[in-house]
Amino acid sequence: MSSTEPRIRRSRPPEVRRRLAISLSVGLVLLVGALTTAFPLLWMLAGSFKPQREAIDFPPTLLPQEPTLANYLRLFTELDFGRYLLNTVLVVLIGAFGLLFMAMAGYAFAKYRFRGRDGLFFLVLATLMIPVQVTMIPTYLILNGMKLTNTLVGIALPTLVSGFGVFLFRQFMSTIPDEVLEAARVDGAGELRTFVQIVLPMSKPILAVQAVLAFITGWNSFLWPLIIASDQKLYTLSVGLALLNQQLAVDPALQMAAASVMVVPVLLVFVVFQRYVVQGFALSGLK
Amino acid sequence: MRRTTLVPYLFVTPAMLLLLAFGVLPIAVAAVVSLTDMNISGLANWRNVEFIGGANYVALVADPDFWRALGNTGLFVVVGVPAIVLISLGVALLLDGSDSRFARALRSFYFVPAVTGIVAISLVWGYLYNTQFGLFNWLLSLVGIPQVQWLSDPWLAKFSVALVAVWRGTGLNIIIFLAALQGIPREYREAAALDGAGPWRTTRSIVLPLLGFAIFFVTVTTTIAWLQFFDEPFVLTDGGPLGATTSMSIFLYKEGFRLNQFGYASAGSLVLFAIIAVITVIQLRLRRRDVEY
Repeated sequence: MSSTEPRIRRSRPPEVRRRLAISLSVGLVLLVGALTTAFPLLWMLAGSFKPQREAIDFPPTLLPQEPTLANYLRLFTELDFGRYLLNTVLVVLIGAFGLLFMAMAGYAFAKYRFRGRDGLFFLVLATLMIPVQVTMIPTYLILNGMKLTNTLVGIALPTLVSGFGVFLFRQFMSTIPDEVLEAARVDGAGELRTFVQIVLPMSKPILAVQAVLAFITGWNSFLWPLIIASDQKLYTLSVGLALLNQQLAVDPALQMAAASVMVVPVLLVFVVFQRYVVQGFALSGLK
Repeated sequence: MRRTTLVPYLFVTPAMLLLLAFGVLPIAVAAVVSLTDMNISGLANWRNVEFIGGANYVALVADPDFWRALGNTGLFVVVGVPAIVLISLGVALLLDGSDSRFARALRSFYFVPAVTGIVAISLVWGYLYNTQFGLFNWLLSLVGIPQVQWLSDPWLAKFSVALVAVWRGTGLNIIIFLAALQGIPREYREAAALDGAGPWRTTRSIVLPLLGFAIFFVTVTTTIAWLQFFDEPFVLTDGGPLGATTSMSIFLYKEGFRLNQFGYASAGSLVLFAIIAVITVIQLRLRRRDVEY
């Protein structure tokens, strides 16, 4: 921005005032928009600390008058949210294998020439066009045939690998110079060792992006746990929460606490890794 | 590039197996199942499944619920796609234009809804929409407007549910637009400014044409997302009241997993797939013509 400063200084005073007015009003519009966008989340957090009576009070209070942690305690004592949380974490961890599989496939598509490569890669891209509504029922039937319904692995499997993920890895890994890989091989590194010690470390930016995205989708995933897990012991946070919605429509404070348990971890991850998410979309070849 | 025999196959095998099992195979299974009367008894024993040809498709065409779900989905697309594309484009242009530290700090606020889990968010919006103790009705009561039935009025419920999806859908697209805006060389805009173009003129004549592909990309992906609209109405209204917010996806879910009509739902899902494919191809065609002039 420093490059525009001299020009502003040179221009006439009314022009300066006009520009200032424009940027001030743009800033104001952006501020109001940002607060409006974030408001439901602030409302959620505020509500989660209200006693039940206060949460259904009319007129509503903006901030809790008598803040309490009772809602959170109830989630983990009376309700089974400890288990839901654990299941969600496990599903996310299983997702890490998906990340490795996608990196491996992306590497092979980027750096090896082999029979059937183009056909297989076309298949990868083709899966991007298939909507989940089409795969929903057959996948349930397939998992049922594999005796994997009502297991955490069954919940994680359908979304473990995405065509888009493989595509992004391939795009990124094509930019790794062949000379680097040749040098590693000349030094006697095997194919696997080249991948683990050279390619993966060089792919850190895209790995970070994919890891953050995989965490977010795994943590939030709703449809598959809903379909695959009929046993309450295997509910993830999202399914437990949907159930809570049907059972406890009259206790919004408890609902807001439950929603916070689900949203806050993702918010933290996003705040810390925001750069990777934004960078990732710039990398994705959208030019 | 390297020619080796087995190694690349070993690298692609795990991912390809999963993609085949859960991306490609289901299409074939759906196609076969859609020609049968597969239901819960068929799930227990495959011998109870009978081949009934195109009967599911015939029944689908005669099903008023199917047509209503299709109509609702059409309305969601017509209202939702322009809303998301215009809002995200507008916000991205404003954010990109003011590059101060203040504007940078505001960005995260706009991105955040995109990463939140839908079930949690639906609970929060359900609370805001609540007829008796919701915030929205209280705010309206301040200006003397009587209680509004946000989620139980059949017409209003459609828009209430769609608003949540718009709120959640803009963040990702703002990121995509911002990335595309950063790809526009500074010199273009500086040249326009030297020629005396104001910010409005520069945006209209230089920036927007250069964003053509990003706008197209966002329009296509947003259209597909609305055609598959599921989560928000599922949690907020369960497709009600009286089917007013039942999208195609909710219709399919209910037929498949509540009524266990796997064959019937599979037929419906293939019809939805065909609709999505046709609309996407039309959009691609239009784009090509657009480029050629």
